[in-house]
Amino acid sequence: MTTLINVPPTLDDKTFEQVLDQLAPLPADDKIIVDARHTRWASPYGLTALLTLAQSRPDRPGFYPPESETTGSYWARTDFYKHAEELYEFHGKAQRSPPHRESDVLLEITPIVQSADVHNVVERIQKKAQEILMGKLNLDSSSTMRFTMALSEACQNIIEHAGCGGWVAVQTYTWQQRLNGRRVVVIAVCDAGVGFRQSLESSPARRLRDRWNDAIALEDAVLNGVSRFTDKGRGQGFAGMRKFVSHWDGKLSVRSGTARIVASVPDWDPDEMAREEGLSPFPGAQLQITIPQRVA
Amino acid sequence: MVNHIDLSSVLKRSVCALYSNLVTRPTGAAVRTEIELQLGQLGPQALTIIDFSHVGALDFSCADEIVAKLLLSSIANPERQDVYFVFRGMTDSHLDAIETVLERHGLALVYDRGADDVRLFGDIDPAGREAWEAVFNCGGGPADEIAATVGISCEEASALLEDLRRRRLLMRTEAGYVAVRPVS
Repeated sequence: MTTLINVPPTLDDKTFEQVLDQLAPLPADDKIIVDARHTRWASPYGLTALLTLAQSRPDRPGFYPPESETTGSYWARTDFYKHAEELYEFHGKAQRSPPHRESDVLLEITPIVQSADVHNVVERIQKKAQEILMGKLNLDSSSTMRFTMALSEACQNIIEHAGCGGWVAVQTYTWQQRLNGRRVVVIAVCDAGVGFRQSLESSPARRLRDRWNDAIALEDAVLNGVSRFTDKGRGQGFAGMRKFVSHWDGKLSVRSGTARIVASVPDWDPDEMAREEGLSPFPGAQLQITIPQRVA
Repeated sequence: MVNHIDLSSVLKRSVCALYSNLVTRPTGAAVRTEIELQLGQLGPQALTIIDFSHVGALDFSCADEIVAKLLLSSIANPERQDVYFVFRGMTDSHLDAIETVLERHGLALVYDRGADDVRLFGDIDPAGREAWEAVFNCGGGPADEIAATVGISCEEASALLEDLRRRRLLMRTEAGYVAVRPVS
């Protein structure tokens, strides 16, 4: 039996939970078709998470691409189809040749498997990042290098902890639902690896606790700088990302297993929760950094 | 002997000619290995300028591998007792990453900001900083002279100065303590 998994019309870090809720009751080896026919918009998190979803299934899932030509051409510009065609069995035609227009894709969806991939991402993004961060988000010149630094650390987590490759994408867009239509830049980094809990469990130095679950593992790693590596220099990446995000009034959210935490909830997103537990399980780790346009 | 290391050149030589950013832990480890090879070819007494001027981004992992581990290995290695470093060419974003790793390891470094502006950067308490600045400003001297300049006891000064020497921020000569500083 094949189960149809509906992708919501707007796919982002919050609505992706609806996709996972549909998957949760199914046995891991059930055949599924991911149905994005009615999807009109997807954030970089949504797109990278869809790729990760396919990686997490033992059998290649089916995929219905969006029916909307505009949506399809945007997904093509992000390189989603380029990667999805290797992971999904496509039903229906995906947009292949995007019409030429100014792109708000800062970094197309890019696989991260080894350290050289992080270098290539960082080298590719710098010029575009400078234009967007300074020209469109009104951040000062120092933001570009710090943005690059945060991006690099986020990607390195895949290599050092996931145990398999993952995906990164960076886009900028106008956020109508929040921030009074201000622009934001969003980094999404997703993998279907072992996740934070299992990564920390593999450390010989891990202290046994009475309570131990995905949420505590996330807090240990993201908020307290705990790493499975025992040397003193480890665990600084998240501290650096948090510092960058907090300086620019941004948001850092990390999901792993059945939990999600937001490192510091910004004023512009009052509906956000600092910690969520009991979510539908999903392998690996999914991280999102959102930096809003600065207003005087 | 004064040795100048341009980190951007080391990066291009040891990792990839196309890269301009010091990111990822393996890259940091490769760059540090290259620096340590160069240090091994110098004599037992050497001052090395580590120059970040042409480096783009520096992330925490790379800062840890290059800056922290270089200083830690120099402090821990008795054969490198007279090996010293001056760092220059750092931007604010480089300093963000470097400050975090220095504080994590309890390290400090000598930072040449140019135009005769040289200062300590990292994990250093106010007494240590004042003692170092006294040595730097007076051009050096024995502990009792520094004690008089700072206004502390000779024993206290001796302990402070010896700690700064152990951390490779001061050199000890026959004439007393001398601040590590860039030499033209």
